[in-house]
Order: sequence, then C-alpha cells, then structure tokens
Amino acid sequence: MNKALTQTPRKVVKPKKGDNGGSTGSSFDDVELFLLHLPTTIWFLIFCYAPMFGVVIAFMNYKLAPGHSFLYSLFINSRFSGLGNFRFLFNNPDFSIMLRNTIVYNLIFIVLGVVIPVTLAILISQMYSKKLAKVCQTMMFLPHFLSWVVIGYFVYAFLATDKGLFNRVFTSLGIGEPKHQWYGDVPFWRWFLVFLSQWKGMGYGMVVYLASISGIDGELYEAALIDGASKWKQTKYITIPLLRPIMSIMLILAVGSVFRSDFGLFYQATRNDGRLVSITNTIDVFVYKALLVNSNINISSSSSFLQSVCGCIMVIVANLAVKKIDPEAGLF
Amino acid sequence: MTTAETKKVKKVGDAVLKYTRVSPVTNIFISGLFIILALLCLMPALLVLIVSFSSENSVLNKGYSYIPLQWSVESYAYLLHQSGYITHSFINSIGITLVGTVIGLVLCSTMGYALSRPNYRLRNFFTWFIFIPMLFSGGLVASYMINTQILGMKNTYAALVFPMCCSSFYIIIMRTFFQTSVPDAIIESAKIDGARQIRIFAQIVLPISLPAIATIGLFYTFAYWNDWMLAMYYLNTNRQDLFPMQYVLINLENNIDFLTRNSQFMTPGENTNLPSETVRMTMVVISVVPIACSYPFFQKYFISGLTIGAVKG
Repeated sequence: MNKALTQTPRKVVKPKKGDNGGSTGSSFDDVELFLLHLPTTIWFLIFCYAPMFGVVIAFMNYKLAPGHSFLYSLFINSRFSGLGNFRFLFNNPDFSIMLRNTIVYNLIFIVLGVVIPVTLAILISQMYSKKLAKVCQTMMFLPHFLSWVVIGYFVYAFLATDKGLFNRVFTSLGIGEPKHQWYGDVPFWRWFLVFLSQWKGMGYGMVVYLASISGIDGELYEAALIDGASKWKQTKYITIPLLRPIMSIMLILAVGSVFRSDFGLFYQATRNDGRLVSITNTIDVFVYKALLVNSNINISSSSSFLQSVCGCIMVIVANLAVKKIDPEAGLF
Repeated sequence: MTTAETKKVKKVGDAVLKYTRVSPVTNIFISGLFIILALLCLMPALLVLIVSFSSENSVLNKGYSYIPLQWSVESYAYLLHQSGYITHSFINSIGITLVGTVIGLVLCSTMGYALSRPNYRLRNFFTWFIFIPMLFSGGLVASYMINTQILGMKNTYAALVFPMCCSSFYIIIMRTFFQTSVPDAIIESAKIDGARQIRIFAQIVLPISLPAIATIGLFYTFAYWNDWMLAMYYLNTNRQDLFPMQYVLINLENNIDFLTRNSQFMTPGENTNLPSETVRMTMVVISVVPIACSYPFFQKYFISGLTIGAVKG
C-alpha cells in the first residue's frame, strides 16, 4: 500500500491560503479535524460537562416548580442551602452504614482483585497442556460477559428457599434446617458477596495479567535457570517485578473507585432483599433509592456529589503515591 | 530462516522448556485447580439451561435440579406462542445494541483519530478535555436531572443509547492504536495527493484499523446487550414497549404475572397454563445464549483490547 502510494505521480496542488504544504500541519487541517470530532465534543459537553455544573443541585434546597422548566425550579424556585444537604445527610442513620459497607467491601475487593488474578495467571502459565489452559481460561471468562441480572438468576437457582438446589440437596443429606432462608442470612451473604465479585472478575483479571506474563522475555527465565534459581525464586524475582507496572495501574484504577460500589452486585445479585440491607446498602444503592424510589433529590445529590469529589481525590492521591514508589508506574 | 532451522530452534526451546517448567505433580495439582475453577464458572449456567428444558411439574416437585424428573420444551413453546411481548423486548435489545455500537464507534474513532495526529494544534486541549471526565464526574443525580429535565429523555429509546455511547477510555485505546499502527507516511502522502482529513480517515485509516474497531465494537456490543441500569433509571414500569430483555428479566424476578398482567400485547385469558417457573429461566437462557455462543470466538479481540488499553493516558 505504501509503495503504491509513493509510486503514483503526485498531483501538484496549489498551496491554499494558510496551507504550508501539509507536512507540518495547517490551520486547514485543524479545522477539518475539529469538524471530524465535533459530534464527540458535543457529546462530552452534554453528558460529562453539563452534569459537572449540575452538581450545584447538591447545594440547593431543590423545589420542583410544577409547570416550569428544570432550570427555573433549580435557580429561582429553590433556595441556596449551602451545606445544609450535607448536614442532613451526615445525620442520616444510614450514612455511616453505607460508607462503611462501601469502603470495607472495596478494600477487600482491591486486595483480592490483585492477589487472586495474579496468582491464577502465574499458575495457569505453568500448566503443561496449553490447550487445557486455553479451555479453562475461556470458561472462566464467561461470568465477565454476563450481567448482574443474569447472575442474580443463577444465584436464585441455588439459594431459593423452596426450589433452590442448596436447600434440596442439604435436606436430602439431612444437613442444616430445611427451608433455610438464604436471602435472610446476613452472615452468609457477607462473604458470599465477596465470593460473587471475585467469581465474576477472576477470569478477566487473570487474562489481563496473563497477557503481560506472556510478554516477558523467556531468556530471563533461561538465565535464571542456569543460575540455579528455583521456580519459586523465578516467580518472585522475575515475574512479579515485571508485572508491577500493570499491577500498579490496576491498583490506581481500583483505589480511584473506592467510593463507587458495584450497583449490580449489591442491588441485583441480592434481589434487593430488605433483610440484607445492613450489608448491601452502599453509596450507589443509597443514591439510587433516594433518587428514584423516594424522590429525595437533596439527599441523593449531596451523597452523589460527595462520592464524585472523594473519588477524584482518591485517584490523584493513589497516582501520586504510586509515582513516589515507582516514577514510571503512574497512570498520568 | 528455513523451516528446518525453525524446527531446530523450536526443539531447543522445547528442551529448555522442559527444565524450566514445574514438576509433573505440581502440574497435576494446577490442572486440577483450574478444572475445578472452570466448572465453578460453568455449572451455574448449566443449571439454568437444564431448568429451562425441564417440565414445570419437575421443577414444582424436585426444585431446580441438574437431573430433572422430566425433560420438556414447554416453556420455549409457550414463549414462542405468546411471543408478542418477548419478541418485542428481544428486538428492542438488538436495536439498541446495534445503534449504540455504531454511534459509539463513530464518536470514539473520530476523536481518537484527531488526537492521534501529531500536527493537530488543539490536540493537547482535547486530550485534557476527554481526560478530565475520567477523574471527575457530576454523578448520577446531576446526569439524571439533566437527561430527564432538560433533554427530556425519560421514556425514550434515546435514554437507553446516548448516556453510555462514548467513553474516554475507548478514545484513548483508539488513539493509541492509530498512533502505533497507522504509519504516518500513508497519511502524509494522501494529504499531498490532496485528500481531505475526512476522506483520509474514512478511506485510509478506518480500513487498516479494523482490529481496533472490532475490539471496541465488541466492548460496546456486550455493554449494550447487558445493560439494565439505563432502563432502570430512565424507563417507567408501564412503558413495556421500550423494555430491553435485561429489564424484562428484572421485572420477572418478583412477579411472573408481569408477563401477562401488564402487557398491552396480550389478549385477556391467554395466561392459562403459564409454566412460570421454567419460563423465567428460559428468558435468562435466551438473553445469555447470544453472548455465550459468541464470546469464545471474539475472545482474542477482547484480550488485545485489554492489552492496548493498558497504556498510559
């Protein structure tokens, strides 16, 4: 293709106004490129930047003015309340619970989300049969492609009180109480949530790290072999250090979203069961319920705003911290 | 290098491999572990599949089981028969997925291309422009208020497509791909031949960027097919004509009657002999099958997307 292009006789184009030959960029080019990405720019303005200004809702005592536009309701009908919404939010008894749930679960997910996939990736790269490894990897990737709604149904098939597989099997074996109410079993769900999130995510995480492992130069291992390094030592001194950049990027992304919770996991997979609220009430669930179930704009906007601000701070801090340890490893 | 030489090198490589690999006992242990993990990921899906092919009586008597008392396709037959509602949600899902994927690809690739041009004077500005939303977002409430109150998207198809049709992350993947895989010389020579940027983009850059387009296209396809959140935020429960499959599943969770009671497609009295237990699982199967059958083939694009995605922003 390259050759064909260079061989065709070039048309002599008259330099247009402001066009200096094309090779160093012209204002003409700039205009064309700008027009090309104008739709994307508009999309970002509407769906990303407008909501950024929309955070003012968090500082208003929003009152709907029926028959008037949203902006009229927001700026003329509503009173500026300063931090009033936040005070109201902090006094809400659910606030500390949802904050605790969000942060504690995310910390567990962050640690396991690095440890489990890295371990699995290292192990699967050692398997003799590449074909079996490929088949297992493909099967483990499946949950990543399923929505939480579908997974909610999977879980239900096992945990349903009447027809669930667990109760049927346990009853026939004579273990546990018959008709156990799994969806009311808080201690069980406390760990089952962790299991579910790892179950869904491990295939994906494993593939990410496996891609980096297969990019490692095999000669490094040969050299280590000649030096008499054991497999464990090779892993410790070659594989893991070389995985550090990708691990730190995944870590920054995870830490940055420490105030975000997987709404699907906490709301859909648990079938939004009222008995589990003490462990499933996270910030996203809270915001959703406040906004769409209770229509409480003030409290949902203030918690949503807090979540965004804290998330932003966390990304920047995590990035700085990682850069301090390893200047090459930062995300930006 | 001749084939004989390649073979020789491969043989040496194999020999070295023999020494570097783990012991046979460890291998058995690892293989066993991964077989168990793979089954752990597959078995729940299998259970749902089997339940969908069980007879209603079997589920009522034996519960959800891997070995039903009686096999049956009654739930499939039922869905096929009174299909108005189900077919409609299926078509909705397909339509939303197609439209969303195409719009998403256009938005991401054009921006990615512009940002990949080293001579573009606004490059720095727009790189920041797409990067800032990755750090800070207005949050659900602000987006919701703007989308519903100002853009009037409540109960429209637009609400199921536009809010997620572009992403900074995908743009960065595209940009990196264009930077590394599209030779500058091609673009320069096309420019000298007098081609406009739009033409260069559409006729030269896009055709040689099919791997990236395929990867991002897949991300979009799966994201739209699996999406239920937008429907949950932006659709009222009485607008079943707009429901995608995933949202139908949510509504079926608690009341199977939903299929018949609320439906404007049903004629009264049609809900006799509803195999309610198996119908739910059949719906799950129908929504999963397109994904489960296609992802093994597209897996490599996904993985390549993950690896090109793992670059600095």
